[in-house]
Amino acid sequence: MTVMTYREAARRALAEEMARDATVWALGEDLGRGGIFGQYADLTARFGPDRIVDTPISEAAIVGAAVGAAMMGTRPVVEMRIADFALCAIDELVNQAAKARYMFGGQARVPLVVREPIGVWPALAAQHSQSLEAWYTHIPGLVVVAPATPADARDLLKAAIRCDDPVVHLEHKMLWGLEDEVPDATNAAPDPAATLGRARIARPGDDLTVVTWSRLVHDSLAAAEILRAEGRSVEVIDLRTLWPWDQDTVLASVERTGRLLVVHEAVTVSGFGAEIAAVVSEALFGRLKAPVRRLGAPRAPVPYAPPLEEQVRLTAADVTAAARAMLG
Amino acid sequence: MTEPDAAPRRNVDTERLMGLLSEMARIRAFEETAVAALESGLYPGFIHPSIGQEAVPVGVCAHLTEADPLLSTHRGHGHTMAKGATPTGMMCELFGRASGVCGGKGGSMHIADFRVGMLGANGVVGANILIAAGAAHALKVKGETGRVVACFFGDGAINRGPFLEGLNWARTFDLPVLFVCEENGFAATTRTGVLTAGDGPAARAESLGIPSLTVDGNDIQAVDEAAAVLVGAIRRGEGPRFLLAHTYRLTGHTSMDAAGYRPEGEAEERWTRDPISRCAERLRQAGVAETAIAAVIRSAEEEIEAALETAKDAPWPAPEAAFTDVQDLGAPVPTRPGGLAR
Ligand SMILES: Cc1ncc(C[n+]2csc(CCOP(=O)(O)OP(=O)(O)O)c2C)c(N)n1
Repeated sequence: MTVMTYREAARRALAEEMARDATVWALGEDLGRGGIFGQYADLTARFGPDRIVDTPISEAAIVGAAVGAAMMGTRPVVEMRIADFALCAIDELVNQAAKARYMFGGQARVPLVVREPIGVWPALAAQHSQSLEAWYTHIPGLVVVAPATPADARDLLKAAIRCDDPVVHLEHKMLWGLEDEVPDATNAAPDPAATLGRARIARPGDDLTVVTWSRLVHDSLAAAEILRAEGRSVEVIDLRTLWPWDQDTVLASVERTGRLLVVHEAVTVSGFGAEIAAVVSEALFGRLKAPVRRLGAPRAPVPYAPPLEEQVRLTAADVTAAARAMLG
Repeated sequence: MTEPDAAPRRNVDTERLMGLLSEMARIRAFEETAVAALESGLYPGFIHPSIGQEAVPVGVCAHLTEADPLLSTHRGHGHTMAKGATPTGMMCELFGRASGVCGGKGGSMHIADFRVGMLGANGVVGANILIAAGAAHALKVKGETGRVVACFFGDGAINRGPFLEGLNWARTFDLPVLFVCEENGFAATTRTGVLTAGDGPAARAESLGIPSLTVDGNDIQAVDEAAAVLVGAIRRGEGPRFLLAHTYRLTGHTSMDAAGYRPEGEAEERWTRDPISRCAERLRQAGVAETAIAAVIRSAEEEIEAALETAKDAPWPAPEAAFTDVQDLGAPVPTRPGGLAR
């Protein structure tokens, strides 16, 4: 067991995979200086500029080139700097990476990882703050991952690199500095099929199931702690992978608690919470003690001024209030 | 660099030229047959014929091996066949049959044959330029030298961002890519020149430090010679090169486009510069017998006729194939046998 940050866990994961497999390489802007969040620190010194590749500000080319390089038998790890810039490479991800294997009748594999830092960070405002995971879950061919803890920052990234599907790997900007224990044992070789698509029960409980991911796992855990003081037992599920998502774990939990609250930082409307709510309602209709609820951001861009930003950024207090309302 | 000597050649390697004629004739026969089959309702959708442009892929691919990846466009039958795909596998793909090169899941616009290094046509104009740069980047990562990635695109594609990003990328990382611009005068139904600023494709490549050659793309010998020079330089590790081939799309944009936007007589005039007739004429001048030329053309037609007959009778893909090769994790699960998946 070692205590390390989410950033360091992710950094080590990439380094270990690169040391293990010479076909793994990373490309993106400013990686040579360690990446803008330090998640690539010192990797150029270790692996050289041909494997930690500093690219021009050409997001379409970063992903498009990675598609070609993946089809040619390498495993590119693509850095998008922040998720908002990945929109400059949507054709490359959606029309190319996600489609090549299928439309060429299985002749191609596109084992690339697209790392996209997501979420609200103070004062970054409308074009640097989005959480667009739902867009990617909608695209056949893609796997979508969103680690919330240092252990998962490591294990899920390693599994994503080993996965033969194109993976969108969403890392939350507010989590880079988060410190936690990372078990040594799982360091070895996470099998993608056994690691991706598995939720984690972050806190067991009996009265209400909160399904969430990324930053809001932590706020949901804080909310559960507040509600415990009120005699309420809240189960918090960290979904970890959004596609494929762990329906078995979620359904088993909601079947037991009878109540589901889905919490995400993204805009509520057409967010991935809607999919979870629909699946659970279809499967457990009649066994629910309360209507399924979603808690996400209002359908507004992220504003700049702190008092405005506060209006769209969910907190533990919001989760607590929503859960309390459902528990009656 | 300048255009290679366009004057008539005295020393014609007739054996080589006969081979190139044969390749062009096979592509021509394939596309004419495919258009006719489509018009008779034998398969669905539409195709983008490259009739009139055959000399460009044939001249370039004469310098590539199966180890050299090729990235193509929506107008990709010529590239695919010149790279070595069989007309039967291709025709079956157009017909949507299980024995098609993509198992019937790609069709004309997404045709690919990885066994011969043909890494895909593309339904998105310009997207293949970035994939080509990346395929070449993979060779660099793997430390492989001597291989060349060929990337074909039209003159319309140079106005999309990936053209700038991809050429800049290839030059910056010194990658082994041959960019081939097939300037056929049109981007869909619009004259490309009207909407293109500056001095065109080669000037743009040169401005990024990528040496270019400009050729008459309807002169198979000119393409063959230019490709030899450019591919040779790339194989020696000199980085990317650019070939601008002036050609002409003798048909409409798609098989359904009557090209009414073309001034009367333009296509007729351009047919007189058809690369296949010109090649045949040069062979005649070099003393090759008319019967030998006719035999090459007839053999190409017979090969394609056989491919057509095979495609007509080829079995459809099993319905379950709609759900295979989506992805390993979270693949669609058919909810009833052969039926809808979720
Ligand atoms: C990004 C994109 N925009 C538009 C289209 C529709 N489209 C298909 S082919 C074509 C014309 C392309 O012209 P050019 O690149 O010169 O190639 P050509 O068709 O002449 O071979 C257009 C506009 C497309 N496929 N992709």
